[in-house]
Amino acid sequence: MSRETVVNLVLLGSLLIVPVYARAVDDPFLITLSTRVAIFALAGVGLNLALGLGGLVSLGHAAFFGIGGYTAGILASHALNYAPLIDGIIVINGSRSMPVIWVTTLIVSACLALLIGALSVRTTGVYFIMITLAFGQMMYYFSISWPAYGGEDGLPIAIRNEFPGLNSLDPFQFFLIAYAVLCVTIFLISRLQDSAFGLALNAVRQSARRVEMVGIATFRLRLTAFVLSGMITGLAGALFADLNRFVSPSMFSWQTSGEIMIFVILGGTARLCGPVAGAGMFIILEHLLGGISDYWLIFLGLLLLVVVLFAQGGLVSWLAGERVRRHG
Amino acid sequence: MGRQLLEMAHVTAFYGDSQALFDISLKVHAGQLVALMGRNGMGKTTTIRTICGLLNIGSGTIHFDGQDMASRPRHAVARLGIGLVPEGRRCFPNLTVEENLLVASRPGIWTCAKVTDLFPRLGERRDQLAISLSGGEQQMLAIGRALMTNPRLLLLDEATEGLAPVIRHEIWAAITTLKQENNLAILVVDKSLRELREIADYAYILQRGATVWQGDISALNRELTMRHLGV
Repeated sequence: MSRETVVNLVLLGSLLIVPVYARAVDDPFLITLSTRVAIFALAGVGLNLALGLGGLVSLGHAAFFGIGGYTAGILASHALNYAPLIDGIIVINGSRSMPVIWVTTLIVSACLALLIGALSVRTTGVYFIMITLAFGQMMYYFSISWPAYGGEDGLPIAIRNEFPGLNSLDPFQFFLIAYAVLCVTIFLISRLQDSAFGLALNAVRQSARRVEMVGIATFRLRLTAFVLSGMITGLAGALFADLNRFVSPSMFSWQTSGEIMIFVILGGTARLCGPVAGAGMFIILEHLLGGISDYWLIFLGLLLLVVVLFAQGGLVSWLAGERVRRHG
Repeated sequence: MGRQLLEMAHVTAFYGDSQALFDISLKVHAGQLVALMGRNGMGKTTTIRTICGLLNIGSGTIHFDGQDMASRPRHAVARLGIGLVPEGRRCFPNLTVEENLLVASRPGIWTCAKVTDLFPRLGERRDQLAISLSGGEQQMLAIGRALMTNPRLLLLDEATEGLAPVIRHEIWAAITTLKQENNLAILVVDKSLRELREIADYAYILQRGATVWQGDISALNRELTMRHLGV
């Protein structure tokens, strides 16, 4: 077992132990914080597939986080109001079932990622960053100007959506749902990394032209990675909406995209559990330093500088004591 | 002589407004080893780049196994059966030797095991990152990677340039094996006239982006080499 695998297991284990302890001492706030870490980590795992493995520096992943949130919010609000979502030749009702919401979120996020990706992955570098940012901002302003679902005020979800066999209103059980989704996703990503697809994606980050010269269509490869990445981040958005029982246009904002990127960079780009470490560190700093000063983001900025300058593989590489390998 | 695989006819090519190829015509048949020769800057690498679709042609035609290569996407060129070993090796530095080979893998006779049989050094360094290999080993890896695409035509662009004599010898031995045992068509750009004389069947000499001489390599006499190659 490599040192990085040990670090990954410790990170995932720690994320589980904290809410178990919090439950034992009856501290639901700590459980909620852990759930936030799990959800943010999931969003980061999504971005990490595009950014870390594929070298696609997307500054518009909030579009997927937001669309996931709004998909959950819209389906839930229609279910609660008993008003069909689509009432025409076909009648589609809302839903409060998490599995149904997740599947819908994955489909909607995939469609949005396909649209954004089809236009953006043809470009590279700063152009790719600007196109993804532009799409994110388009979604942000679209959500603001859509009064049917709350517009600028956002959309409340009166009761958290249901998961078969579990009481999702219980913070610990909801944490377990988010944690399980995170672990399953990380496992699937680890399989993907070791597959021919993951290998080609890793290679295309190093040189797209060389990959083409061995007969691989890089556009299709990068687009697939971008779509998968958007789907995972969208799923995180759906869970985030359920956690807060509220969705707002801020989920689409470029600050959200930036935060997801910070989780990835802090933890380690292309590191399997990098986003878990990054999201954990972000939440810890937010609550430790946020209590001392409103300007805690200055310290986060300094930490980010230190990581970028001295530990480019992020926290996971530093803990694993390994040279940056997959980092591009 | 085997079936004709590659045919370039009166090809011109440009880098922006600057014309690099004026009139290139050449043919490579199955199982044949063809040398593409010429002084520096005469258009050898540019010719290779046009075959691979890395540079669009201005006029003329390129056919591979009867199929027109014009405006084909680059990845389709490799899928047709053209494997490129580019100048300067250009491996994937952050992938291991095995991963470099696997990423190029396409169905066919060439597998990781067969490549490591050809280059035992690669087998010994299977789990090493490509960036940690010596120049000669990286060159072997570049050839191995091209073979993993299971090509019918292998393009070798300056495959032995800048390598130690012992490594050059290993690479020439491997190229000979490829020709003799695998019946692979090979187009070689190289300055090693002595080795080329031993294994090449046919040669083309380029001068200022045009084919100025072609014939059996055995017909390449001192006067011709002095005039066109300066050696």
